Amino acid sequence: MSVKVALPKGRLLARTAALLQNAGWGLDGYHEKARLYRLKCAKFPSLSAKIFHERDIPIQVAIGNYDLGICGLDWVEELLAKYPSSALVKIRDLGYGHGALFVVASRWGEISTLAQVKTRPGLVRIVSEYPNLAESFALRQRLSRFSIFPVWGGAEAYPPENAELALVRGRTEAELDSYGMVVVARVLDYSAFLIANRSSWEAKELDSVVASICNGSGLLAEEDSSTETVMAPEIGHEYLKATDDIVRLALPDGHQQAALLELLDKAGIRVEDYPSAVGNRRPRINLEGVSVKVIRPQDMPLQVANGNFDLAITGRDWLLEHLYQFPSSPVKEILDLKQGKVRMVAVVSQTLPAADVYSLREFATARKEPFRVASEYVNIADKYARENHLGHYRVIPTWGATEAFLPEDADLLIENTETGQTIARHNLKIIDTLFESTACLIGHARIRSSSKKGKRIKSIIDILRAAVGG
Amino acid sequence: MKVQRCKGTRDLSPEEMTRFRLIEGTFRDCCLKWGYQEVRTPTIEYLHLFTSAGTLTPSMLGKVYSFLDWDGWSGERVVLRPEGTIPVARLYIDMMKRGLAKLCYVVNTFIFEETGKKTRERWQCGAELIGVNTPSGDAELILLALEVLKKLKLEGVELRLSHAGLIKALLGKLDLSPEEQAQMFDRILDGDRRALAKLKSGKAELDAIIFPLLNLKGRSSGFLKNLKALSAQALPEFEPYFDNFIAIVDILEALGYDYQIDIASGAGFEYYTGVIFQFFSGGEKIGGGGRYDDLIPSMGGGDIPASGFALYLDRLMNLIKPEMLAEPPGQMVLVKPASAELWKQAFSACQRLREAGHVAKLYLGEKAPAGSRWTLEIQDKEPSYLLRDGVKSSRTEAQSVEEVITLLEEESERKGSLA
Repeated sequence: MSVKVALPKGRLLARTAALLQNAGWGLDGYHEKARLYRLKCAKFPSLSAKIFHERDIPIQVAIGNYDLGICGLDWVEELLAKYPSSALVKIRDLGYGHGALFVVASRWGEISTLAQVKTRPGLVRIVSEYPNLAESFALRQRLSRFSIFPVWGGAEAYPPENAELALVRGRTEAELDSYGMVVVARVLDYSAFLIANRSSWEAKELDSVVASICNGSGLLAEEDSSTETVMAPEIGHEYLKATDDIVRLALPDGHQQAALLELLDKAGIRVEDYPSAVGNRRPRINLEGVSVKVIRPQDMPLQVANGNFDLAITGRDWLLEHLYQFPSSPVKEILDLKQGKVRMVAVVSQTLPAADVYSLREFATARKEPFRVASEYVNIADKYARENHLGHYRVIPTWGATEAFLPEDADLLIENTETGQTIARHNLKIIDTLFESTACLIGHARIRSSSKKGKRIKSIIDILRAAVGG
Repeated sequence: MKVQRCKGTRDLSPEEMTRFRLIEGTFRDCCLKWGYQEVRTPTIEYLHLFTSAGTLTPSMLGKVYSFLDWDGWSGERVVLRPEGTIPVARLYIDMMKRGLAKLCYVVNTFIFEETGKKTRERWQCGAELIGVNTPSGDAELILLALEVLKKLKLEGVELRLSHAGLIKALLGKLDLSPEEQAQMFDRILDGDRRALAKLKSGKAELDAIIFPLLNLKGRSSGFLKNLKALSAQALPEFEPYFDNFIAIVDILEALGYDYQIDIASGAGFEYYTGVIFQFFSGGEKIGGGGRYDDLIPSMGGGDIPASGFALYLDRLMNLIKPEMLAEPPGQMVLVKPASAELWKQAFSACQRLREAGHVAKLYLGEKAPAGSRWTLEIQDKEPSYLLRDGVKSSRTEAQSVEEVITLLEEESERKGSLA
């Protein structure tokens, strides 16, 4: 009988690999630089393992694609907070990857206790990578008016001016304190867990695999619990005293930074400590009346829509993802920065008998089972499946390493590609191109050009336009 | 491929819709005669309407259908209406502002039910009396609900009474933080009787009064007066709640209604502040309501008291006796032209029959269902009309539709006199 196991990428990978080595699994290629996501196990020849983004693992196990999985309890609880009847069994605490989820406010804001949050008039905005846990926190605390802003990362950067609270990961309160955060509540303590699909657990013989994982975890060395203390970068004064005249600009973290720096340089714009080695999200800029914050490009359109930023540099893919979800959003593309070009493509397995979207439609609608579309871009994927009449389809949200889903865990991917090499390496083929995406400057559709701020915004646009050469 | 119905939803068949409309119609008729006006609120509301303390219990909030709308980029969530009263309170604040309002409505509500075996979309007939805080107002609502149930010829309807003010005052006496009190109130409202068993006041003399109070059941205002006397010394602050409860019960008693008092059975909503009433039939709850004086103030609508009730349509539908489902008035006639040239005559014959109060169905090639009585054949020769009686296996000739109508009416009268 075959056993399928989902293993984590990222923060838990090293310890999990050590555990499975102790257990004598003999996995081929489970390490940080793994280029292929399917692994064979020497100890259990009938076992197949696959590497996922940690956040995908509870979902994959719950829907029954995998019998067992290893991931943080935080992501398990995030799923259960919204879907309590998920078919998941928490088998065992593996004793590493410890951390906790905290609801925090900013030291520079007005909130420092839970009581203050509850008695505060008006809207309480909570930012988090864990929107379901944030919502259940708000409901449990009986906050009468609240908005949850799901973000892909950098939640701690939002309070105090862009949110009242953030629900973030941390190891200790002291650590968060050193980052300038005030802990308002401790929501969950987590560590790495072995989880199982409920029906697999009830019906399948998983005993030898489970026993070896338990033995392996018993042999693990003590986790290094020393925490490095990082000093909080000082918040620029312009942020705290942000008047109506100050232009708030969001710059992306991540891989877009290098190309963007070149462009900024050409435009004569200097940003200190960007990219930052110490996680500074509020670098200074040499433009008067402009304050900068560094956040995830995925999160920018929503933040601009809500008036937290006037301008932001993100990809057109994320702008469209936002506009497909909220067609009446006031965010628009202002300037194409003509760099970081990728194509948004529809991808299927080489073995799927479909060469284009028309034959794909025939294939999808002729099938009994629902057609599974996996994507980081849930709304773009949903629109594509809807408009191409892919029949009874389901969109599976993913958090990266999407190529690993085909062919067994999804039928179609919607993802971006620069060269198409990764897609080919995973034995997949592109059957359609949805659009081309480049970096772009986005902003709010309603900017009064006559105001002082409006003029500042216009001058930034002009400088960048000249640098792009358009 | 099998066409699937969404999990947790139900279709209403033609037969079920007859039951549905009977209940809805009876409810509306009664309400209109008591001076209530019908309203209808939207299916979608903002979530924040339901999240404030004193609205829905957290356990209910965990089961609402909330989502981001197409313009929800501000993070403002909307919800499929989880209950009927709060939207009507919002409507009152929005449209009526002040003064007395007697409102009734028939709406669907949406609450997630995990197994998918019970329905997640439910229908209710509700009435709200806004702007009054008198025992007679509460009694009016109870009597109105009972009248609807009586007109539906439901037997063995039980009325159970409790009092949210009294429950809250009792919990206030126990050794609980304000938060624990609120939680305990929610648990009682969610029907968790065992929660009470674990409570202690820490003072023996209080325990001796409070627990009997919570657990006793009685059937008269005398019972409440006894309890009031028992607690008068130790708990004088309970007096107003007892007086209010007794006043309501006195009215019911004077009018000869049966009821049961069960303090701990306060199932319902966190917004209740005064009397809570529930209706049961055959052990199943078929409706309930209560006083909610703090709801409209907490929504920013000013100091306006209110109370109301809802009857559960889905449950009532199963209890309606078949004889209640009267056939439509008049006769059911299948009109069948002998040839294609006679369509015009057939349509106009149908129209005349309908105007005369009968049901006329044009023949579209279907087989006449078993037991259907009348068929009117239209011919292009004399006689122009031939009325067949499927029950008596007889046929009668007629020269005009008016003649046919006279024949049908004679038959109806005969049927009437036999009955």
